[in-house]
Amino acid sequence: MPAAIQIADLSKRFGATQALAGVDLCVPEGTVLGLLGPNGAGKTTLVRILATLLQADAGEARVGGFDVRTQAHQVRELIGLTGQYASVDEKLTGRENLILIARLLGFSRADARDRTRSLLEQFHLLDAAHRAAKTYSGGMRRRLDLAASLVGRPRILFLDEPTTGLDPRARLDLWQLVRGLVGEGTTVLLTTQYLDEADALANEIAIIDQGRVIASGTAQSLKARVGHRNLEVVVRERDDIARVAAWVSRITGRPADIKGQRVSAPAADPEHLPALVRALDEAGVPVDELALRGASLDDVFLSLTGRRAGPGPDDAEESA
Amino acid sequence: MRALQQCLTLAWRSLVQVRHNPWELGDYSIQPILFLVLFLFVFGGAVAGSTEDYLSFILPGVIVMNLVFVTVYVGHGLNSDLTKGVFDRLRALPIPRWAPLAGRILADMVKQVLCILLLLGVGFLLGFRMEAPWWGLPVMIVLLLAFALSFSWVMVLVGVMSRDPEHVQLFGFTALFPVTFVSNAFVPLETLPSWLQTLVALNPVTMLVDSCRGLLSGGPVLGPALGALVWAAIITAIFAPLSVRALNRRLMGQGGAA
Ligand SMILES: Nc1ncnc2c1ncn2[C@@H]1O[C@H](COP(=O)(O)OP(=O)(O)OP(=O)(O)O)[C@@H](O)[C@H]1O
Ligand SMILES: [Mg+2]
Repeated sequence: MPAAIQIADLSKRFGATQALAGVDLCVPEGTVLGLLGPNGAGKTTLVRILATLLQADAGEARVGGFDVRTQAHQVRELIGLTGQYASVDEKLTGRENLILIARLLGFSRADARDRTRSLLEQFHLLDAAHRAAKTYSGGMRRRLDLAASLVGRPRILFLDEPTTGLDPRARLDLWQLVRGLVGEGTTVLLTTQYLDEADALANEIAIIDQGRVIASGTAQSLKARVGHRNLEVVVRERDDIARVAAWVSRITGRPADIKGQRVSAPAADPEHLPALVRALDEAGVPVDELALRGASLDDVFLSLTGRRAGPGPDDAEESA
Repeated sequence: MRALQQCLTLAWRSLVQVRHNPWELGDYSIQPILFLVLFLFVFGGAVAGSTEDYLSFILPGVIVMNLVFVTVYVGHGLNSDLTKGVFDRLRALPIPRWAPLAGRILADMVKQVLCILLLLGVGFLLGFRMEAPWWGLPVMIVLLLAFALSFSWVMVLVGVMSRDPEHVQLFGFTALFPVTFVSNAFVPLETLPSWLQTLVALNPVTMLVDSCRGLLSGGPVLGPALGALVWAAIITAIFAPLSVRALNRRLMGQGGAA
């Protein structure tokens, strides 16, 4: 299979911030790559370079076989982009927004009308089609933005955190849509902060942190690298926390992590859960929640970097 | 051919935007009409002795003032495209790099012509009659557009450098009020203190207003028109490269908004 996106040693610096520090990636045609990483990892920077909006300082990126730097126009013929922040024209109606894109892409008036109608229908925006986009809710803008990036039936689609701000139904709709597009042969590069999203959609996942790809592979292989699940219990009475924490660490053989009334520890063996249930039951300790959770992005992240994912106080200090 | 159609599509977009934004439309139409009528009846007697005489004096002044103010919307629109991400959406499309800017300026030219005709129409209702030959009108419009085109570059720069659209408006109007008022748009040059006369005589607004007066009501045209065109050339030569550089800097994400 030829590569739809090929990236070699790409780097980009903004002042003192090294946003990308030598990224290598390859996305085969007709597949989904999930780019997973915490805030400030460089996801948006990478997407913007691939979409020809930003120039890299060094390295090479090819999209559909074309160099993003020297053949930007050819790249633009192939791609669709939904940026992290909705980029619809608020002063136009939803319909006018899509007509604008269609006409710029060379659709005839009639074709532009037809394409616009079917996209508005697909994204449940027909009722609001004649209202200025500034009156849309966040989720509606997001859907209009997605529709706008699909007008030209792009062969390669970039989605930068596409489900941020969508309600659960719209989120599932989007997943369904992406699967449909990939079924028709579209290549998708999607960034997200949620492992479940990458898990649900991506053939391959690349984890990016501080401008570097620190791990890549299928969702299964990444979770396997973490090698454990988490045993979690939320204790009802504060007085029981210490007791429960002691049982958890005895059962799992690992130090228990206590956050408020939530006690957790990595659990290598599924048998740990029934063991804890028995201990709680015998002592008659009431709990609000009890679960053996699969590895989360946080766990994968923690095990790869020794840091928690997401914007913690540590990150704030680093960037200051 | 394709590029031209894309440019027209983008101009269409800027014009359609106005439809959903009555306030902007009011800025183009109601505001200058209000200026015209207020100035006419408040100052007419004092400045020219009668409102009839003052009308043919002030109408070109209001047209030029409005021309300059309308260009602020070039910067305003560009800035909101930049801050709201629309510019990025357009840049990721296979269209020429200059098309978004060209489309916007083209739309501005259409707005300018409509504003000029509107003000002439209102002037007509108030009793204004053209005394110079008819061809003065198209020549005046071309001259005004040439100047508006050059002045758009100043507003492009303001649009690129500003943090948000409100700052463009604030800056635009604060800077442009003195430029339009320190001219002979509303009062004859002779009535001003002599130190101010020199400044006013050099103001491109004065030169434009004088050319318009000549083209509509008779009087010298060539001198002031050439002066205005020289100004237009100087402004373009300075601000076009500055604007393009500032825009590229901002797009490449090095500068950021000031
Ligand atoms: N235009 C810019 N000027 C200066 N620094 C920038 C610019 N764009 C990005 N950065 C910095 O580059 C780094 C990577 O940013 P980027 O937006 O690519 O992260 P991200 O992975 O998309 O994060 P998020 O999940 O928050 O969207 C950050 O430290 C950010 O502050
Ligand atoms: Mg981002």
